[in-house]
Order: sequence, then C-alpha cells, then structure tokens
Amino acid sequence: MSVSRRGFLAWMGAAGITALGSQAGATPRHFKGYPQSLCVLHDITLCIGCRSCEAGCNKVNELPPPAVPFTDLSVLDKKRRTTAKTYTVVNKTAASGQEKKPIFFKTQCNHCLEPACASACFVRAFTKTKEGSVTYDASVCVGCRYCMIACPFEIPTYEYEEPLTPRIMKCTFCHPRVTKGLLPGCVEACPTEALSFGKREDMLKLARERINKYPGRYVDHIYGETEMGGTSWLYLSGVPFRNLGMREDLGTTPAPELTSGALATVPMVAALWPVLLTGIYALSKRREKILSGDKQNALAQAVAEANAKSQAALTAAMDKAKREKEEAVQKAVKAALEQSAKKTQEQ
Amino acid sequence: MFKLSDVINRSLLTPFNIIAGIILFIGLIITALRFTGGLAAVTNLSDYNPWGLWIGFDLLCGVALAAGGYVTSAAVYIFGMKKYHSAVRPAILTGFLGYALVVLALNYDVGRPWRLPYPFAVQAGTTSVLFEVGACVLLYLVVLFIEFTPAASEWLGLKRARNLVVRLTMLLTILGVILSTLHQSSLGALFLIAPSKLHPLWYSQYIPVFFFISSIIAGLSMVIFEGTLTHRYFAEKMDEAHLREKEDVVFGFGKAASFVLAAYFAVKVFGIAMDDNWRYLSTSYGAWFLVELLGFVALPCLLYAAGVREKNIRLIKWAAAWTVLGIVVNRFNVCLVAFNWHLPSSERYFPSWMEIGLSIFIVTVGVVAFKFIVTTMPVLYEHPSYKTPHP
Repeated sequence: MSVSRRGFLAWMGAAGITALGSQAGATPRHFKGYPQSLCVLHDITLCIGCRSCEAGCNKVNELPPPAVPFTDLSVLDKKRRTTAKTYTVVNKTAASGQEKKPIFFKTQCNHCLEPACASACFVRAFTKTKEGSVTYDASVCVGCRYCMIACPFEIPTYEYEEPLTPRIMKCTFCHPRVTKGLLPGCVEACPTEALSFGKREDMLKLARERINKYPGRYVDHIYGETEMGGTSWLYLSGVPFRNLGMREDLGTTPAPELTSGALATVPMVAALWPVLLTGIYALSKRREKILSGDKQNALAQAVAEANAKSQAALTAAMDKAKREKEEAVQKAVKAALEQSAKKTQEQ
Repeated sequence: MFKLSDVINRSLLTPFNIIAGIILFIGLIITALRFTGGLAAVTNLSDYNPWGLWIGFDLLCGVALAAGGYVTSAAVYIFGMKKYHSAVRPAILTGFLGYALVVLALNYDVGRPWRLPYPFAVQAGTTSVLFEVGACVLLYLVVLFIEFTPAASEWLGLKRARNLVVRLTMLLTILGVILSTLHQSSLGALFLIAPSKLHPLWYSQYIPVFFFISSIIAGLSMVIFEGTLTHRYFAEKMDEAHLREKEDVVFGFGKAASFVLAAYFAVKVFGIAMDDNWRYLSTSYGAWFLVELLGFVALPCLLYAAGVREKNIRLIKWAAAWTVLGIVVNRFNVCLVAFNWHLPSSERYFPSWMEIGLSIFIVTVGVVAFKFIVTTMPVLYEHPSYKTPHP
C-alpha cells in the first residue's frame, strides 16, 4: 500500500496535529469581497482639510451638533479620532521636516472585507453587507466592547455616558443612502476629487491608473487593498502611510483567521478530554483495587502462616507426647522384662 | 455549628464587620453612579481603551484564581489522590464564589447587563472567542453550583438531593475539567485577534496555552493560599481530617505547582523563540517581561521546590502568595500594560479610584459570602450524618 505525501499530511491533519497551532485556519482561501460591492477611494493628495465631509456626515446621519462648528479649522491643529458623536474626522500632519505643506487626510471605518468587529461579536451585531458596508444592530448589542478591542484601525466608539442604553457608534458607509442609490454623505460633500465612490474593482483600477500616470505624486501602495485581508475604503498618498499614523504592519491576514485555529480546538478538547480523563480515572481506580487486593492477600497469607505455625507447634507437641508415651511404654516393658528376668534368676 | 443565640450574643461591631461594612457602602454608592451616569461617570475607559480594570482584574484574574475548583476535584476524583479529599469542598466553594463574582462584575462592565443571555437566547455569534468564553463560564457556573449543593443540602437536611448529586460527582468533575480547559484558554485567545495592539512579547499564538497552564498554577497556589487564611481564621470550624490532611495538601500541591511552573517557564521561553522575539528583551518592555518571567515564574518555581524538599511549610505558603500575585501581574500585563503599547502615554489607561473601589467591593462581597458559608455549612468539616470512610 502506498500513501502519497499529500494523503499522509491530510491524515496527520485529521489526527489533530493542526488543532495544536493556528495552522487550522490557514487554509488557502482569500475572500476578495462581494462581487459588485461598493468602495470609496480616498486620494489623500487631493484633500484640502476643509471638513466638509465631517459636516456632510453629521447632517445625513443626524449626529449631535459639534462643539466647534465645521467651518472652524483650528481643530485640525490637534490629532483627533472618531468619537461617539463623530463618525469621521480629518487630521493634519505637522508641516515640519521634508514635507513642505501639511497633509490632510480623512479617517472613518474602513469597512473591512472580513471585519474583525463582526468576527469578534458574540451576538453578530455586525454584518458585512453585499453592498460593502459593515452595519451595526444596536438591538442585540450587549455592550461588551470586544469589537473595539478587535478593530485594528481603532474605529468603533462607545457611548460611555449612557447609563443603560449605550451603543457602539461608527460609520455606516451611509448604508440606507447607498441602497437607495445615493452617495455617502461625506463623498457627496467633498468639494475636490479626494473621495471617489464606485465598485471596488473600479476603484482599485482607478487607484492604479493614478499611480502609473503620476508616479512622482504617489507612493506605490494602495492602502486597504490587502491590509487585514482588504477593506472597502482605499487610500492613495504621496508619503508613506506610516507618516500619517496609518499602520503598515497589520499584515494581510483577515481577522477571523487569527482566532479560527483556537476555536477549532474546541471540539478536540470536548471530544478527547472525556476519553482521556475516564481512562485516568479507570487507572487510578484499578490501582486502588490492586492495592486493596494486595492488602487482602497479605492478610490471607499472614493468617495462613499463623495457622501453619500453630499446626506445626501442635504436631510437634503431639510428636513429643507420642515419643514420651512410647518411651514410657518401653521403659515399662523393659522394667517388666527386667523384673521377670530377676524372677527367673531367683527361681 | 450554627446557633442563632451565638449571633445575637456576639457584638456585630467586630473590626471585620466595620471594615467590610464601609467597603460595601462605598461599593453601593459606586453602583448607583454607574447605573445613573454610565461608565464615563466612574471609569477612565476611553475609545482607545475599552477594557480596563474590571476586565483585567475582575474577569481575567477572577477566573484564573477560581481555578482551584477544577484542579482539586480533578486531583481527588479523577487522579484518585484521596488524601486531598478535605480540600475539595473549600476549593469548590471558592471556585463557585469566584465565578459568581465574575458574573456580578460583568454586570457593571457591559452596557446592557440584562442582555448577557442574548448570545445564547437571541443571536449566537459563534465565530467569536468571547462566545466560547461566555458559554463555558455560564455552564461551568452551573456545574460548580451543582457540585457545591451537597454542602448546602447537608446543612438544610435534604438527604435525597444530596445523595443524588454525590452520585454524579465523576460526571460533574469531568465536565468541569472540559469547560475549564476551554474557557481558561479562551480568555487568552480573546487577544489573538489583536496582534497589532498587544506587545509581541505577550502576543503569541500560544497565548491560549499560556492561560490554561497558568490557570492550573493559579488553582494550585490559591488552594494553598486560601487554606492558610482559612486555617488562621476558621481553625475551630475544621474537623480532625481537615487538620490532619492540611499539611499533605500544602506539600502535594506545592510540589505539583513547582512542576507546572517549570513547564510554564519552558513554554513561555519557547513562545519567544517561536516568534523570534529575543530582540525585544533589551527594551524597557523586555525588562518588564523578564521581571514577570524570572520573578514571578522561575522564582516561585524554585521556592516551591525548595519548600517541598526542606519540608518548609512557611516557605511554600509564601511561594503560593507570590505565585498568586504573579498570576495577577501576568493578566494585568496582557490586558492593560502590554495592550495598546503602541499608543502615546496620553492615550493610555490607568484605572480611576472608583474602578479600584468597585473591584475591592466585589472581593469583599466574596469574602463575606465565604465567611457566612463556612461558618454555617459543612465545608471545613464533614457533616456527622454523612461521614465517608477514608483510606
């Protein structure tokens, strides 16, 4: 019988080797997003930092009015992040060093193709829709905030001020508008070409075209093409993305694959532990039985030895008695013989 | 045993009662603030730091330190180490109380606590490690409750219920070990999804294994540590068997802890080698990692070994307390210190005094409940009507 190399490896896998590491999840499979799904390309080189996108987002999503009006650009002097009241923020890099002009760029949920938040949620409150958005359903959310731990882009926010009904707040990709054929609020509000909306394949093509056409203008990297398995927001930049504080070390592994190996060991533990533990129990039980059996044997042996000893003593005593009796008889016989011999002599 | 007249005659103003009373009072005030003002009113949590002390201590440390229940019952009922029998009930009790308090603490931390059954009742997110944690913790809490009922039924005189549960001991023990293996390791696996946020020295694909093995160490050490405290304060409640077996338990569990710590040390080193993280050891995070690895893993391993070899019961007890502290250090490192290490210090988290206050409140609730139960129910002694012959 011959076993092919592949067959052998498959058999080893089935035997549970894969369950030990994260290998179990590393099946060669890559989800490239739902076909025809939508996407925004953010060309950072075209962003002028006008905060119109923030205003548009605030309006269409009916978010609370901002503390500082959207026309006030002084907020850009400080680094900001998404909050429970703002789904998107524009930031500015300091105008020092090699870059002569400051760079503006927009941040919001990247709508991953395989979202970490959705994978981490234990009530499936997040859904990656076929349109491309990652939507959130507050009606099932428990408020555990594991999605915020999981998100590599640090996007989801939480209504910490709400005592009893806090929600996770994040960009919805304007899902209700997009399904009606409208543009997302931010894209509609953008006065430049910094935000382009369309099918993901088309946006990837557009991004590549721009890089090819203006190689001096862009770094050769479409951020979001492969980061964490790919996202539905893509970015073009004139400087390395890490200079903007965007992580370039996230890798290409989609978040669900990071935990699938660990989850795959659950059935192994549940199936093998009872067998193993029952076996150990049987062994310890058997050892106990043997030990108590030994004790009984020892007892029986001791009794037998004692019996044998007393038997021997008895026999010895009887022998002695018998011997003494015989001696006495012989003595008596001898005495009688001697007496009769004496008598005959006398006669 | 329990007599109402004793309670009435004794003054309620003992130092213990006064201190516990103050802590419970402050805890209730923080409770009121949490459920009227939200997490923002009492915690320093932020959008960058969604998990703080209540997850790092109350959940991660709480579950790890409650591992004594499964470790002791497995040793006695599965591995047949009958000489530790008297340690089972106190360990099961602290396990049950520990898990009950974890669930209590979660009610403060999650946004809508009444929805905690939602993953099992409304919509299950089975791709989440947290789902596995939740399911196993819930089931194990039930198992621990059933395992503890014999003590309560003996106290209440429910003979038939008690005997029924005692017959299920083996089944419950095996179930307890399976569930503990799964959720102890999964608490570590929670962090697998965030390689970009957890420092490489603590992030490892083996983190579930690290959490599981260290939970065994935590369980063994907690049994010794609690036993020491219980003996100091409740010695008059202990029966002869308990007092006689006490030293056996300390030596036996200390020896086991030393071995498991050695194995844990080995896998931790292997974890560094696996990801080739040696270069991080020369950084400041590396120094702190070495403090944890050498000071709280290697050192207690040697202390335990020396204590067992020299028959030095004091040394073993100190080693146990040190190891318990080491488990807390490890869980804090994973959840709070090494998590979000990439952020500037202005964005990092440090607990508010109210978060610390509530954690102390939760521990105090546990101590008060423990005190009530061991002074009323047959935990540290065997009920005279249910004495079992011991070999």
